[in-house]
Amino acid sequence: MEILLLIFLPLAGALISSLFGERQQVKTLAFIWSLLSLGLTAYLLSVFNPESSAPQFVVDHSWLSYYGIRFKAGIDGISMIVVLLTNGLMPLIILSSFKHTYKRPGSFYALILLMQSALLLVFTALDAFLFYIGWEASLIPIYFICAIWGGENRIKVNMKFFIYTFAGSLIMLLGIIYLHLQTPDKSYDLQAFYDLSLSTAEQGWIFWAFFLAFAVKMPVFPFHTWQPDTYTEAPTTGTMLLSGIMLKMGIYGAIRWLIPVAPLGFAEWGQFALILSIIGVVYASIIAFTQKDVKRLVAYSSIAHVGLIAAGIFAWNTNGLQGAMIQMINHGINVFGMFFVLDIIIRRLHTRDSFEMGGIAKVAPQLAIAFLIIILGSIALPLTNGFIGEFLLLFGIYQYNIWASLIAGLTIILGAVYMLRLYQRVMLGPTNALTLGFKDIDGTEKLVLGVVCALIIIIGVYPNPILHISEATVKALVDMVDGKVHGISTTF
Amino acid sequence: MSALITITILALLLLYLGLFKAKKALLPVALIGLMVALVLSLMEWNSNAAPIFSDMMLYDRFAIAFSGITIFSTILIIALSKDYFERISSNVAEYYALILFSLAGIILMVSYHNLSMLFIGIEIMSVSLYILAGIKKRDFASNEAALKYFLMGAFSTGILLFGVTLIYGASGSFDLEGIKQYILKDPTAVSPLLYTGITLLIVGLSFKVGAAPFHFWVPDVYEGSPSLIAAYMSTVVKVAGFAAFLRLIMFSFAPLQDFWIPMIIGMSVLSLLIGNVTAVYQQHFKRMLAYSSISHVGYMLFAIIALNGSSDNAVFVYAAAYSVATIIAFGVLILLQGQVGNDSFDSFNGLARKNPFIALTLTIAMLSLAGIPLTAGFIGKFMMFSRALSSYHIFLVVFAALNAMVGIFYYFKVIVAMYFKEEDRKELIVPIYFKLVLGFSALVTIVLGVYPDFIASLI
Repeated sequence: MEILLLIFLPLAGALISSLFGERQQVKTLAFIWSLLSLGLTAYLLSVFNPESSAPQFVVDHSWLSYYGIRFKAGIDGISMIVVLLTNGLMPLIILSSFKHTYKRPGSFYALILLMQSALLLVFTALDAFLFYIGWEASLIPIYFICAIWGGENRIKVNMKFFIYTFAGSLIMLLGIIYLHLQTPDKSYDLQAFYDLSLSTAEQGWIFWAFFLAFAVKMPVFPFHTWQPDTYTEAPTTGTMLLSGIMLKMGIYGAIRWLIPVAPLGFAEWGQFALILSIIGVVYASIIAFTQKDVKRLVAYSSIAHVGLIAAGIFAWNTNGLQGAMIQMINHGINVFGMFFVLDIIIRRLHTRDSFEMGGIAKVAPQLAIAFLIIILGSIALPLTNGFIGEFLLLFGIYQYNIWASLIAGLTIILGAVYMLRLYQRVMLGPTNALTLGFKDIDGTEKLVLGVVCALIIIIGVYPNPILHISEATVKALVDMVDGKVHGISTTF
Repeated sequence: MSALITITILALLLLYLGLFKAKKALLPVALIGLMVALVLSLMEWNSNAAPIFSDMMLYDRFAIAFSGITIFSTILIIALSKDYFERISSNVAEYYALILFSLAGIILMVSYHNLSMLFIGIEIMSVSLYILAGIKKRDFASNEAALKYFLMGAFSTGILLFGVTLIYGASGSFDLEGIKQYILKDPTAVSPLLYTGITLLIVGLSFKVGAAPFHFWVPDVYEGSPSLIAAYMSTVVKVAGFAAFLRLIMFSFAPLQDFWIPMIIGMSVLSLLIGNVTAVYQQHFKRMLAYSSISHVGYMLFAIIALNGSSDNAVFVYAAAYSVATIIAFGVLILLQGQVGNDSFDSFNGLARKNPFIALTLTIAMLSLAGIPLTAGFIGKFMMFSRALSSYHIFLVVFAALNAMVGIFYYFKVIVAMYFKEEDRKELIVPIYFKLVLGFSALVTIVLGVYPDFIASLI
């Protein structure tokens, strides 16, 4: 029951918001509504039993009985992490948009809440068809958000984005239908998919069918070409949704639907996927290094960070996965903070070129401190949230292959270089004519950045509660897949 | 059965109403009559129907379901016709009567049990449509459409009839059951005449549904015909043609799968490719819809390729989804042509600002045609893909999925124009009938997309 409320509460909010039309008060409504979702998540977290690896709060209704499709959703440790991220970040994202006056705000916030609904559906679905529905349904609102409220090139860029992701997911749909046809009782149930034992060749195809969808969404090199353009052209809120939450769909999908469903395919192709991820890390870092446009720089840095998470998953051991879990939350917080700081700067200076900025720290010290903390979190300094995540990820990759971890570890060095250079160009140096009149942060900006900085430090100092949420599920999942790969049957 | 009688009487009644100059009554009478026909037809729902009229017709669930969807679509289209025919001519009663006559032919086409009935049904439908395509007497395009449609139609009916006679020559029967028995007697040693007959029959029917490579008439005829008639042709007529096709194959020719499946696969691949790729290059909405209708035939053929007991369900759901979405598209097209006088994609610019309701319904229709989840079109595509995968036509399905991606390009052109391209324009005046039909169709599209359970296993 709680799950239904969790999924459909934002949908109800979206319907109400859409009635507001041109009135800007809808912001407050959307914010309060997202707090309701957050409150519900907090309640779920308090009654959630992290010691169990099984899905909890399961709802299971008949939906399309003719095709064996059920509305089955639940939350286990892995889902809990992403649900927490979604519902925790959403109020911040909405709050961060308060300084903008978007035209047609009713539709704007309705689409955001609609997207939240779809994302929660993806993260809790235990039925492949339901998962697919949520997967596609989350695409429509973000497409409209980016294409209506985006920048100059929005139409072309978003068409590319849409086609890319739609292509990936259609292939995934075929994979899902194929798996469904192989199940003995013709169902779309996740567990039924786990119980299948297909041949290695079949699993190889299934692996690719799912991998393409997830690789586009994350994005993994070389499927990333839509991402920088889309991030740059999208309105800031859209960028935050895309980078903060939506790309976690790909990561989550890989953990839940890709590797356990096709373990033998993974055994065959996982190494290849890992290499692609690591190439992405290095490649994106180098490109980020050469960017003048601050938004593009962060977009590329996001590819690098996500590449590391992906590599941690494809290494497939408890450390790597636990690192991926906590790093999903960290990346969400950090990239959101980063885009918000850039939004504040861009909104005041009307430029995205880092060479035109400089010396902002002198005129806006509070912003400078917040930005520094976010950057430190993002380059994984010890005692910030990024450290624990990247440490676990690299540890996991190290257990898999020492050379892989060595190359992937470059991300920390390269990340430090381009991030600190960004900070130096934007915040330090002499103040110029453009930045002289820069106004320091106030009101909601202060609030949002305060929360973000606090989270970065708190998680960095004491990450255990978050790690604990997913631990049991991750361990059980790793055991199950390892068992299947090595021919020992264990039950998940 | 009673639906057929009701529709025929209704058509005659409308002619008399026209005679007595009761113009105001035409539309309401037609609508009410059709609703009565729909209800009567649904009341005959049963599971063990027997052939009637010396085995000429069989009003089984299949027939009822497809009569239902065709009558339903006709109701929606006729509701859009308020003040439409008046602009063309003063004798409007004939138009309504002609539409209903063709609908009577369609009822025959979905319920035949004898090939002669199929032929008669197709002729009744086609002859009415030849006239309807040309009702804009002073419009060159309309004349051209009528002529082309007539030539192609006559030609294809000829081929069809030739096929029927060859099949009779081989099996000695016009009856579907008789032909089936003949084939089942010894499927390996059937007369070569039968193969030729089947091929010709498939070619003839492919002309009617507009499957590639027999699709050349479709874009020109749709473009030239009055939009309302084009809407009727691309929904009701196409669905009926498909139902006739499916009925023939399910009933009689299923045992000879190995012979005709390669043919159908070829047609499906060509329809998908030609329909989708050509649609991308269209500058006009109506022509785009024509090509998109060709591509949808390609998807629907999947049900025949993966033939089994529930193929009819898949086609039914697909046809329902396709029909309501297409009716929305044509409804908006009629408004646009009437008030802007142009149907290029640019004429949609900024529509979302001035007519948010129209833009929303058209968006839902386009998403449905493109096969995006939570719309009926997705369920239709999903069923087709499931069917084809279940018989291991994997490459065909991957090919279709690639084509579905191409589809995004042109369906989204409309959405892009409406929402993302700002332009000062006049608000379209939307009559209440249009609002009702568009809103209702959009609602049906969403409901079928979210909860299709009640129609997914109907037949």
